[in-house]
Amino acid sequence: MSSAPLLNAAIVGDTLELRPTGSWTVLNADLLESLFNGVAPQLASAKRLRVDFAGIREIDTIGAWLLEKMSRGAEQAGHPVAVTGIDERHAELIEDVRNVNRGKRAARPRPNPVLARLEQAGRTAFSAVGEVAIFLQMLGAVGWALAGTLRRPRSLRLTSLVYQTWRIGWQAIPIMVLITFLIGAIIAQQGIFHFRKFGAESYVVDMVGILVLREIGVLIVAIMVAGRSGSACTAELGSMKMREEIDALSTMGLDPVEVLILPRIVALVIALPILAFLGSMAALYGGGLIAWLYGGMSPAIFIARLHEAVSVTHFQVGMIKAPFMALVIGIIACSEGLKVQGSAESLGRQTTTSVVKSIFLVIVLDGLFAVFFASIGM
Amino acid sequence: MDAVTDQYAIRVSDLVVGFGHRVVINNLSLDVIRGEILGLVGASGGGKSVLMRTIIGLIPKMAGRIEVMGWDADTAGGLNGHFGAPKWGILFQQGALFSSLTARQNVQFPLRENLSLSQSLMDEIADAKLEMVGLSPDDGDKLPSELSGGMTKRVALARALALDPAIVFLDEPTSGLDPIAAGDFDALIKTLQKTLGLTVFMVTHDLASLKTVCDRVAALADGEIVAIGSMDDLLHSEHPWVKAYFHGKRSLMLHKKPD
Repeated sequence: MSSAPLLNAAIVGDTLELRPTGSWTVLNADLLESLFNGVAPQLASAKRLRVDFAGIREIDTIGAWLLEKMSRGAEQAGHPVAVTGIDERHAELIEDVRNVNRGKRAARPRPNPVLARLEQAGRTAFSAVGEVAIFLQMLGAVGWALAGTLRRPRSLRLTSLVYQTWRIGWQAIPIMVLITFLIGAIIAQQGIFHFRKFGAESYVVDMVGILVLREIGVLIVAIMVAGRSGSACTAELGSMKMREEIDALSTMGLDPVEVLILPRIVALVIALPILAFLGSMAALYGGGLIAWLYGGMSPAIFIARLHEAVSVTHFQVGMIKAPFMALVIGIIACSEGLKVQGSAESLGRQTTTSVVKSIFLVIVLDGLFAVFFASIGM
Repeated sequence: MDAVTDQYAIRVSDLVVGFGHRVVINNLSLDVIRGEILGLVGASGGGKSVLMRTIIGLIPKMAGRIEVMGWDADTAGGLNGHFGAPKWGILFQQGALFSSLTARQNVQFPLRENLSLSQSLMDEIADAKLEMVGLSPDDGDKLPSELSGGMTKRVALARALALDPAIVFLDEPTSGLDPIAAGDFDALIKTLQKTLGLTVFMVTHDLASLKTVCDRVAALADGEIVAIGSMDDLLHSEHPWVKAYFHGKRSLMLHKKPD
């Protein structure tokens, strides 16, 4: 069927005669380009050009374009071009290709690299301000929707709220408990190992108790929730945005914040403290287990020491932080989800941003709380 | 290659396709002649897209034979492994453009994956294709999310045609376009089919495009082809579904004599 393409170039007087033969089709595209490059120098120096299409068996757009490019180059240099021997079957295609790429593409101005860098820095700084505004706007919208729901409790999306709580809370319990259990165990093991040098092994209980209840329990759980449920929220809202589902909701007179975002955020605020509580218990259990198996401290002694070491204040400090962290995670996840544009790439980017930003803010928030609690003496 | 395989671009015989216990396509046979535009009509949800997707290997068949350009679909690797983009181009209903690439990069994608050409030549070919489907080179820099419905279809057609395939499958090419754009698109398909010598397999509901561009029309009902032939043959078909389809209120324009 297809035969190898060839290009005979002969110079007769001041005329360059080109005789393409064989199959000038996409199957031989690599070969065609090298043939074209082979005659390019002769084309540049020729005064007249004759292209004889008679030997061509098959031709498609690529072949036609390369041959057109040869004669167009000569034409534009002001040399006469004669084209002969076009088969009737190919005439229409060749004629079509003759008319393409005539228009000039608007040259895109190349920006000065220094200016471009400066511009980018400026835009980043500017958008950081925008991010704060978006966060506050979402916070306000959620607050407004919550106020509306409190005024008319019947408008609460109970089914959605229960479903989201089940997904964000109940389904997350095994993994949260497992991870905090391991973290508690690791802290206890490290404590015993190092405290043993000073003969202060029994203080491991203080360390595990205070650390877990005040910081680690809630922090680890919040980070896990940001990665597990925050990303899911962003991806769900983002793909709804892509498929215009959110626009459809608005046109039906429903507020997307009330229908989609409020149940998710309320579910987060309900679920995170519960998960943080369960996580803290699991971490203490892990610490106790290690103290028993590795440090030889019986459970009864561990519990008695724990009773002396920690007070309800430590527990309160941890628990008070949880709903605020949930709120931050929810607001970041939902506002990033709504920022998704048409492409799959933007969905991925926004999901990444959502997780990174919410983990960052959870840690910042934890730091601010530490300062706050220290100053009020808790 | 013998004369029979030379004559037919696609041969489907005794095809059965189903999902679970539901049989969608039942003992269907259909031949598509090389160089023709075949329109496939059928009820919504009646298996038109399933038939197309089975031929191009996206849905497994339960029984029967599919031959495309003389290749049996059952040969190792399936048809997509055998030819892919160089032999056929597919225009999906929603365009299915890669959303992270610009229109030009979408058109270049098959070129880049199948051939080793210089970037400048690929740019020129992509621009040529975009121009052939009626877009300007400036549109090539746009992302799919910035394109209108009609432009998306055009870019998708340009991508389907990037490697000058012998067969093009079109899934509802004119759905969602206004009548002018749909008419333009029909004319475009006809022109490209003539210039590039394509075989076109077109799933459509658009009565106007059936009448103006299709050489033959096949009607799919109850999982089989109940009528096939020129538009006139179908208008005179006695099958109740075909009658209902071509003699309904919306089909009156087909019977009007041109002034």
